[in-house]
Amino acid sequence: MDITPLQQISEDQWRLPPTGKMRVPVIFYADRALIEGMDDKAGDQATNVATLPGIVKASYVMPDGHWGYGFPIGGVAAFDAAEGGVVSAGGVGFDISCGVRCLLTGLRASDVEPVKEQLADALFARIPAGVGSTGQIHLDDAELTAMLSGGARWAVDRGWGSREDLDRIEEHGSMHGAEPQHVSQKARHRQRNEMGTLGSGNHYLEVQRVVEVFDPHIAYQLSIAEGDVVVSIHCGSRGLGHQIGTEYLREMAIAAAEHGIELPDRELACAPLRSEVGRRYLGAMRAGINCALANRQILTHLTREVFSDVLPQAELPLLYDVSHNTCKEEEHIVDGVPRRLFIHRKGATRAFGPGHPELPEQLRDLGQPVLIGGSMGTESWVLAGTAEGMALSFGSACHGAGRRMSRHRAKKQWRGSKLIKNLAHRGIIVRSVSMRGVAEEAPGAYKDVRAVVDSADRVGLARKVARLEPMVCIKG
Amino acid sequence: MSYSLPMSSWEHFPHEADIGVRGRGETLDIAFEQAALGLTAVVTDPDLVRNDEQVAITCEAPSLDVLLVDWLNALIYEMTTRSMLFGRFEVNIDGLRLSAKAEGEHVDRQRHEPVVEPKGATFTELRVSRDEEGQWVAQCVVDV
Repeated sequence: MDITPLQQISEDQWRLPPTGKMRVPVIFYADRALIEGMDDKAGDQATNVATLPGIVKASYVMPDGHWGYGFPIGGVAAFDAAEGGVVSAGGVGFDISCGVRCLLTGLRASDVEPVKEQLADALFARIPAGVGSTGQIHLDDAELTAMLSGGARWAVDRGWGSREDLDRIEEHGSMHGAEPQHVSQKARHRQRNEMGTLGSGNHYLEVQRVVEVFDPHIAYQLSIAEGDVVVSIHCGSRGLGHQIGTEYLREMAIAAAEHGIELPDRELACAPLRSEVGRRYLGAMRAGINCALANRQILTHLTREVFSDVLPQAELPLLYDVSHNTCKEEEHIVDGVPRRLFIHRKGATRAFGPGHPELPEQLRDLGQPVLIGGSMGTESWVLAGTAEGMALSFGSACHGAGRRMSRHRAKKQWRGSKLIKNLAHRGIIVRSVSMRGVAEEAPGAYKDVRAVVDSADRVGLARKVARLEPMVCIKG
Repeated sequence: MSYSLPMSSWEHFPHEADIGVRGRGETLDIAFEQAALGLTAVVTDPDLVRNDEQVAITCEAPSLDVLLVDWLNALIYEMTTRSMLFGRFEVNIDGLRLSAKAEGEHVDRQRHEPVVEPKGATFTELRVSRDEEGQWVAQCVVDV
């Protein structure tokens, strides 16, 4: 991206002043190399977001920002309903509440190494992954409604997990304000056989090793130390969320003019928070969040079953569960005044700082764990929210590396079978139904996640706690 | 990846996170059929799909480009809820109404090696128009 129009505030903070129809500036949190590596379209999209009614302070781009849909991926924006602010179906995206959860195991890498192949096979057999896989849980309409209202709490009530899990999930496992009556029959139908499935694309389940600790105090409090083994699950609200996104995006794109909203890009489809469609979308989208939370909870249960067979000494309590495609109503201090705002995070992780009342008591002094996903050969990270981040970005941070190469190019450049062989040489076992899928998700198709995390840490969005490397990867 | 007959073709075009599908044809109907083949090719090689079963699809939209998004999203819905892949399409567009037949079969994970499941067709890079040679082009980015 051309950085000429940007004002540099610090090494990792840049400002595009408002011009034309922009109501607020765009703030980029990234170092020079990351910004120069961003597609121009990511900058255009962040500029478009800055034109939307009721936007507060700025349109933000996280260090992993890249070209998305309407919003850039890695985009954060807050809206005030009282000032005509909007909710954007495009700003949340198709995979509502896609996110990452991390489970502790109490195991050391040396415990897992001897049974790594067996563990990979057992996980691959048990976790439904990829196109054409179906879950073992089939919900009738009444149960589906209960799931959409209750989220992970519903799953725990059905025996898939424990009460202790719930405190380690955003919203304590159940998104308030879900309105399942605004989720269409088509969306429900798409979910009928998809509960407890991983999906495909960049979704995965990984057994990971903690390779480096940066903040020993927080790491200790989170019960992670170098050489420990954890399990990370990256997936979202499956077909139900995709269908909600599809339907509301269309409706909002067509109705925008009626609401007096000039859309610079139809994919930015949005509606006033206080409009009928805006309210309906919020209710449906929150139900979609619950679907994602329930789905990750069921996958957690399946993972625990596999570990109890293969490594019965393991216990898998939840470290934390984050969502990175959401719009949530939160209280933030703006210029010294507390305000209720609707924070869109599109490919951005909530990163509440220490002392935030939403955090469970055990984590309150530490700041929220921020889980940054990798892909097969690339590392993942645990960060923690900071007090500065609350002011910098409405308590938001990056979510992953972001692609540097399209799927189109990646599949031309790599062969899945060869990649799997090379990763095996590095001690990383990959199981996937699709070799082309592996090629499209090749580690080399992603940016350097370390540069992204370093930038987030330097500027204060979140602090580095630990770095994780994959041992086993089940690709969706 | 691309495939072409003299008067019709589909291709993928790059998007940083996902993938674009583009159909071309002498008529609007053909361009929509080709875009649908491009959608199938996001998941698997369309030539691997046996056309054993038929599904009827209709949609209506306020404009031609939204009709393309609706058409591809209708296919995504049928693909996911029926666990099917489609290899042949017959599209009839009358004004802003589309009626179509999609032929295909159930996903066979060994034979099709499905790559990725499309989540939805988007308004990003959405275009339905004639190019300078008079050929219809129907394209958009698909979120996967």
